[in-house]
Amino acid sequence: MTAAYRIRNLGCAACAAKMERKIKALPGVHAVRVNFLTQRLTLEAEEARLDQLARAAGEIIRKIEPQARLQLPDQPAAKGATP
Amino acid sequence: MTRRATRIPLALALLVAGLLLRGSPAPSAALFLAAYAIAGFDVLYGALRGVLGGQVFDENFLMSIATVGALALGEFAEAVAVMVFYQTGELFQDYAVDRSRRSIAQAMDLRPDSANLLVDGQARAVAPEQVQVGDLILVRPGEKLPLDGQVVSGISQLDTAALTGEALPREAGPGDEVLSGCVNLTGVLTLRVTRPLAQSTVSRILEMVETATDRKSRQEAFITRFSAIYTPVVVILALLLAFVPPLLMPGALLSDWVYRALNFLVVSCPCALVISIPLAFFGGIGGASRAGILAKGSNYLEALARADTFVFDKTGTLTRGYFTVSQVSSLELPPGRLVELAALAEQHSLHPIGQAILRAYDQAPDPARASQVKEQPGGGISALVDGLQVVVGSARLLKDQGVPLPEDIPSAGTMSHVAVDGAYAGSILVTDQVKPCAAQAMAGLRRQGARRLVMLTGDSEAAAQPVAQALGLDSLHAGLLPQDKVCQLEAMLAAPGRRGRLAFVGDGVNDAPVLARADVGFAMGGLGSDAAIEAADIVIMNDDPCKLVTAVAIARRTVRIATQNAVFAISVKALVLLLSALGLSTLWLAVFADVGVAVLAILNAMRGLKVPRENNACMVDSPSPQPVAV
Repeated sequence: MTAAYRIRNLGCAACAAKMERKIKALPGVHAVRVNFLTQRLTLEAEEARLDQLARAAGEIIRKIEPQARLQLPDQPAAKGATP
Repeated sequence: MTRRATRIPLALALLVAGLLLRGSPAPSAALFLAAYAIAGFDVLYGALRGVLGGQVFDENFLMSIATVGALALGEFAEAVAVMVFYQTGELFQDYAVDRSRRSIAQAMDLRPDSANLLVDGQARAVAPEQVQVGDLILVRPGEKLPLDGQVVSGISQLDTAALTGEALPREAGPGDEVLSGCVNLTGVLTLRVTRPLAQSTVSRILEMVETATDRKSRQEAFITRFSAIYTPVVVILALLLAFVPPLLMPGALLSDWVYRALNFLVVSCPCALVISIPLAFFGGIGGASRAGILAKGSNYLEALARADTFVFDKTGTLTRGYFTVSQVSSLELPPGRLVELAALAEQHSLHPIGQAILRAYDQAPDPARASQVKEQPGGGISALVDGLQVVVGSARLLKDQGVPLPEDIPSAGTMSHVAVDGAYAGSILVTDQVKPCAAQAMAGLRRQGARRLVMLTGDSEAAAQPVAQALGLDSLHAGLLPQDKVCQLEAMLAAPGRRGRLAFVGDGVNDAPVLARADVGFAMGGLGSDAAIEAADIVIMNDDPCKLVTAVAIARRTVRIATQNAVFAISVKALVLLLSALGLSTLWLAVFADVGVAVLAILNAMRGLKVPRENNACMVDSPSPQPVAV
């Protein structure tokens, strides 16, 4: 099962690469792509674990780039944010 | 980051004031520190947060160490200048990335904001998501088709350029399937919606382009791996450079070597490297989609740039897939009568050959004149027409029916034989036509270094040979079943000494396994065909073979830009590292090697958005295309 999420305020290409490495290391992640240009996280994992892994990925993203935020499906986009 | 845009001039002003007041150390130092704080507080804060969170080696941290180091060495003005320069570079970089993101989004500005839903004959503007399959929508001239549908009423010209890159408008009238993303030019159309927004052509194209850069090119994979090692290595070298020479070399000044090491730290920032390649592919994929070529991944563009073997399916790829009667040879009956008998027998046929015979008959067949119509296994039909027993089909079928055949029966191309009342009456030759642009496309591919052009087809050797000859292909494998095509392709892939990549070009309908097996699978005429879009790596939206040449040109240019960017970024960094180690560089130069290079790489990548001229090569620089009957 693959799911895609937006990352807002992703500012640095090297950080995106680093996020990708760290998220890939999470147990249960089959494949991951942090795309700096499209500002998307694509996560492949078992469906049951996807939510929990997305949250963990969000934590990693915030740690590497404090102003970047993973937009989880249950958190609607902030007003004025680009869709 | 508009705040950065106001902070930078302010810091700059304070820096200039500080420089002017150099004579009096205390006030100028205060001005410099103020300027430094204004320019760099977020960098320092980010570095602090990073360190607390265990993130060393990020850009904030490296810049902070470098500038704090400069301050500690008493180089106040330089510390401020570096910070200001760095922030300016970052601002440019953000701006450029943002611009390129947006220009790609604009290039694919296909999605309309609203649809005119018809309720009781009244048009009401609603969001396209709300329209259901089966609803009627109205599209006025000048409007974009919001959803895929079928024309119910109205006749108009449609501009499909956004989907196919094709300049000529297409006519649409009642019964025609039309696709979202086209622009309605002349008349008012009423459409019955056939797909919901999420599955519409536009949504799928956008989704495809958006995910395309998720598939990394090898160049990108290399540069990300490289940068992951590069930064720690340079930082360690910086540490060694700062402290080892002063310990070992008599007379070496610690401050001198620390300054050199600070240069290293600035140059060790990896972003310029990491962004240089994917952005080039992003631009290339955007540019390709403007030309009606959808690449599903950076990796496919990269493979295409290295392709030297192109393998083609015949029907629908090199030929039009539209059969016409090109020759009628009759023994005794007038040829017109032979066609009439065959057409009346074939009048319910859906087979392309039957259809071609019906078109040749050129009048509405009278159903009452044919009875006992029977499809014969193995391709053919028998019927009682005007009281005569007529059989139309292959020589084999006629033989099976006990019709004595003449000795010198011709067997070229796709030939239908006709028997009347058990006697051989003649034959009708039905042929496909080579696409007008196919020859130029082959020439264009050769010009771009294609070394082998091969045709794989299920048709007979006799039907395929003239096409292969007309197009100057290197080899031909005819009479293949779908699984044979895969075997042939496997053999070519396994050929010893193969260096370049292999691309297969098909219509995406029956050749999914071959498309998947090739290094790069092209589907032609993919517009609106789900199967093609699913199976292929690169989809050519219309059915013009010249787009292949454009696709190769775009792929080559993309890889060239990516290589330029990587080589440029790495060599500038290497040069500045060398100069720094020798004490010949300044922090200014080091900052340029970081953000300046990134900005230049971004600008270079933006060239990829332009559609190359090769697109028009078909119409301009070659003799006018002659369709070749086969």
